[in-house]
Amino acid sequence: MSEQFENLVVPGPTITAVSKPFWDAVARKEFILQKCADCGKWVFYPRGICPHCWSNRLEWTPATGNARLKTWGIVHRPGHSAWLEVTPYVLGVVELEEGPTMLTHLLLDPDQGLQIGLPLQVSYTNCNDVWLPFFKRKSE
Amino acid sequence: MMVKRRVPRCAIVGIGELAPIRYTEGTTTLGLIAESVRLAVADAGLEKDAIDGLLVGPQVGETPQHVPATVAEYLGIQPTMSNVVDLGGATGAGMLWRAAAAIEAGMCETVVCVLANTNERSGNPRSPNRNPIREFDVPFGASGANASYALLKQRHMAEYGSTQEQFALIAHWARKNAQLNPNAIFYGKPLSVEEVLQSPLIIDPMHLYEIVMPVAGGAAFVVTSKDSLPSGGHAPVYLLGAGEKITHRAVSQSPALASAPLAYAISAALEQADVSAQDMDLLSLYDCYTSVVGVTIENAGLCKPGQFGEWMKDHSFGHDGDWPLNTHGGQLGFGQADLAGGVSHIIEAVRQLRHEAHPRQIPNARLSLVTGNGATLSEAAALVLGVES
Ligand SMILES: [Zn+2]
Repeated sequence: MSEQFENLVVPGPTITAVSKPFWDAVARKEFILQKCADCGKWVFYPRGICPHCWSNRLEWTPATGNARLKTWGIVHRPGHSAWLEVTPYVLGVVELEEGPTMLTHLLLDPDQGLQIGLPLQVSYTNCNDVWLPFFKRKSE
Repeated sequence: MMVKRRVPRCAIVGIGELAPIRYTEGTTTLGLIAESVRLAVADAGLEKDAIDGLLVGPQVGETPQHVPATVAEYLGIQPTMSNVVDLGGATGAGMLWRAAAAIEAGMCETVVCVLANTNERSGNPRSPNRNPIREFDVPFGASGANASYALLKQRHMAEYGSTQEQFALIAHWARKNAQLNPNAIFYGKPLSVEEVLQSPLIIDPMHLYEIVMPVAGGAAFVVTSKDSLPSGGHAPVYLLGAGEKITHRAVSQSPALASAPLAYAISAALEQADVSAQDMDLLSLYDCYTSVVGVTIENAGLCKPGQFGEWMKDHSFGHDGDWPLNTHGGQLGFGQADLAGGVSHIIEAVRQLRHEAHPRQIPNARLSLVTGNGATLSEAAALVLGVES
């Protein structure tokens, strides 16, 4: 299902010194998130400071890669024309099992009964030579 | 101009400073901003939740737009006054009196003013835009506002069961009202609910005709004090109340629709003016997308969350209706000249309140609610404008 993305010439992530461990892990097909050593909350996207308590003791911690669907949209006319090749595709906002929310690309059929709370799992996808954490329906 | 004597009401109570280093490594500008803020707020002996005002500088090369929302999102704060101050080397000094003015105006209590920058040995960043959305939205195929607003609209539909017809009705009314405004880009081009539903899905569930048309244009307004009103001028339109709030930048970080920042901004503006939404003669509501109007009606408390569609069924939104709404056509009917599009809602309110809006004049218009919305339903401002009766 995901081979179609390999040769897609689209903008990749603008990786920073702070976020690099996340992307390095994704390339190893591992899903890690920052967790605050002071308040115990999980943080995404990666930051230099905890947005909940302003502690700077954020530690990279393995996460489940499980999530639930919050909302979605089916892209027919993408904002960046490089994505036209794979239209229509599904974008989603997901709530990670650990709490934070993220935007992602959903490897789902638009007619597959999308609904709030749909269980999902991370699906590492090579897109223009960069590994990205797409999500797919969670296998039983 | 006569300089007025300042009565001291505001003071600096905390400072934070990072030791200068020649080159940064392993950090970002947002990270340095956050660290500086943390130090200053700690020095003040305050908690993070005490900060309700935020002044930042421009962020060329990292976050070209929506700077305060991005910084607030990074810090996990939701200020009710924020701004970019862009005065070069005078920015820091310019921030201080603006912070004091905002506090004195009742917009917030405690403002943090912050400027910071990285200096990387490798020189310029690879991309002119390194906002977190460039890193965590764009690579997944989500570029531009249409994606964010389609996601927000889908959430409304899935959570509340709102229907495509209910959203399409908003576009229909905008075009209908635009037929009385010869300047509107869609003057002479009414639009039925069916035509909206038959227009292409740009990002399902958002149709083409639910999205503003980008146009060229401009708008400006002049503000002076009650003591300096030009003689023989128009009836002055007063700012009776204002409210503002930012909650996030990226759509993935947005709170529930019922607690969108417009809910606070509108209630604060009404409270400052000591009026209620029911008192308004004109609703001049920011409408980049149909769904924004629906959410704004709910955030204004005109109906329960999720119920805008049911509520609209019972009302009429022309200048002669029981709830005049965007009588200039809104941006959906008038066109959106980039940021000037939002000013069109102020201009129309002034016209209506001056009673200069023929042939779409609202009889006896005295009060208007004006809203503004930015980024991903994340930057909200609301005004109550009025004339002396
Ligand atoms: Zn924390």
